[in-house]
Amino acid sequence: MSPMPYYVSPEQLMKDRADYARKGIARGKSILAIECAAGIIFVAENPSSTLHKVSELYDRVAFCAVGKYNEFENLRIAGVRLADMRGYVYGREDVTAKAIANAYAQALGTIFTQEMKPYEVELLVANLGEDHSTDELYHVLYDGSVSDEQGFVAMGGQAEALANTLAQQYEATMNFDDALKAGAQALAAADPSRPLGTQNLEVAVLDRARPRRAFRRLDDADVARVLGG
Amino acid sequence: MSDWGADWTKAAFAPNANPSFADLLKNTEPTAMPHAQTPPGPAPQLPQATTILALTFADGVVMAGDRRATEGYQIADRYIVKVFSADFYSAVAIAGAAGPAIDMVRLFQTELEHYEKVEGEVLSLEGKANKLAQMIKQNFPMAMQGLVVVPLFAGFDVRRAAGRIFRYDAVGGRYEDSSYHATGSGGKDARSALRTSWFKGMPKDRAINAAVEALTVASEEDVATGGPDLARGIFPIVATVTAQGYEEISDDSLRPVVAQVIEKIVHTGEGTPT
Repeated sequence: MSPMPYYVSPEQLMKDRADYARKGIARGKSILAIECAAGIIFVAENPSSTLHKVSELYDRVAFCAVGKYNEFENLRIAGVRLADMRGYVYGREDVTAKAIANAYAQALGTIFTQEMKPYEVELLVANLGEDHSTDELYHVLYDGSVSDEQGFVAMGGQAEALANTLAQQYEATMNFDDALKAGAQALAAADPSRPLGTQNLEVAVLDRARPRRAFRRLDDADVARVLGG
Repeated sequence: MSDWGADWTKAAFAPNANPSFADLLKNTEPTAMPHAQTPPGPAPQLPQATTILALTFADGVVMAGDRRATEGYQIADRYIVKVFSADFYSAVAIAGAAGPAIDMVRLFQTELEHYEKVEGEVLSLEGKANKLAQMIKQNFPMAMQGLVVVPLFAGFDVRRAAGRIFRYDAVGGRYEDSSYHATGSGGKDARSALRTSWFKGMPKDRAINAAVEALTVASEEDVATGGPDLARGIFPIVATVTAQGYEEISDDSLRPVVAQVIEKIVHTGEGTPT
């Protein structure tokens, strides 16, 4: 006679999964997305210069994520595929961050309830508008819940501390340099025990001044120029 | 069409590492492929894109095309654009069946951008040229029915720091030209003109002048090639690809070049192949 299977209540099962995902995400390094006059700036703590946390999805849509790299890399490629499919079959302006964020929400929601283990990721899909009042930030959690945020978003292990620090300095009309400095300072202040040089920062921007593909990465020299000045 | 429904989402989240957009499209939305169906029988008469050319110069390549499309003995379009940026460092021009050719360019542009985004790296110029050859090969059934697409591909090879030109035949054969090439209905006349004007390492202004002259000469000899039209303000599309990327020459900058070329042809008879 086989042993009786243990009974686990759905509440307990979901709570365990959520705890597991949250712990995984909390171990990862943090990232900030900041809306400002020049565009949407992404500042992340990332010692690798090739394994990115921030990426281009489409002309005015970018993706950033924290957590387990292989998991969010899969999601990033899915986003590029969805964006390019829609842009090719319909038109370039028909590709929206909202639709991509919804697809992520569906996928993560399904994985959270049906797979052995949930994805340990938290991601953001950003849509660059004409000005900061029409920018869109969709924050998608490991269980598929979505929120529409304004101003800035902090994700990762020190999200709360980062958000509190940045809130004191943030203004929607900030220029590019000020927003980048505020982001880098907030990241450094979140954990003063370790030095945070430019080589440990990944910076990218959805630049309002660029004509079609607004996404641009900044190399270490660019970042040093802004932070040093 | 399923849009964001099950098919697209399934394909997008599938755990494979193929960075090809054309493969993704073929598997999920085959009807959107440029050469989706090829019913038997001869193809209907469709607009044909005519003369295009490319030549290398000191800093890269110049690519140019006239603005006419024909349908038999009719003019189908006076303003058609046959030269496109494929990505930052390359350009593609089309001759042959205009509709399928423009579709192919759009797929090619998306293919290059898709690869760049998925892989985080830009394809080599050689890689791009090969990819285009494969797309022409896939068009073979349509080519057999008369819907031939013959593009010209040119770009700046960042590793070699030089401009390179690739031409293709109707079945996807790929040939590299180190100097210049022209194709389409007036291609032969344009090549004759370029034979006398092209020289190795020519400066940019001479290269642009040579491109405009070759197209104008072709328009004098070939009815399907449209000449510059100063009255209507119709100028050929001329673009350069250099270390600074793809750049189209504005009509305002072309106006004096065109005027000079016409002056030369009309008043001295120079520049004509006869």
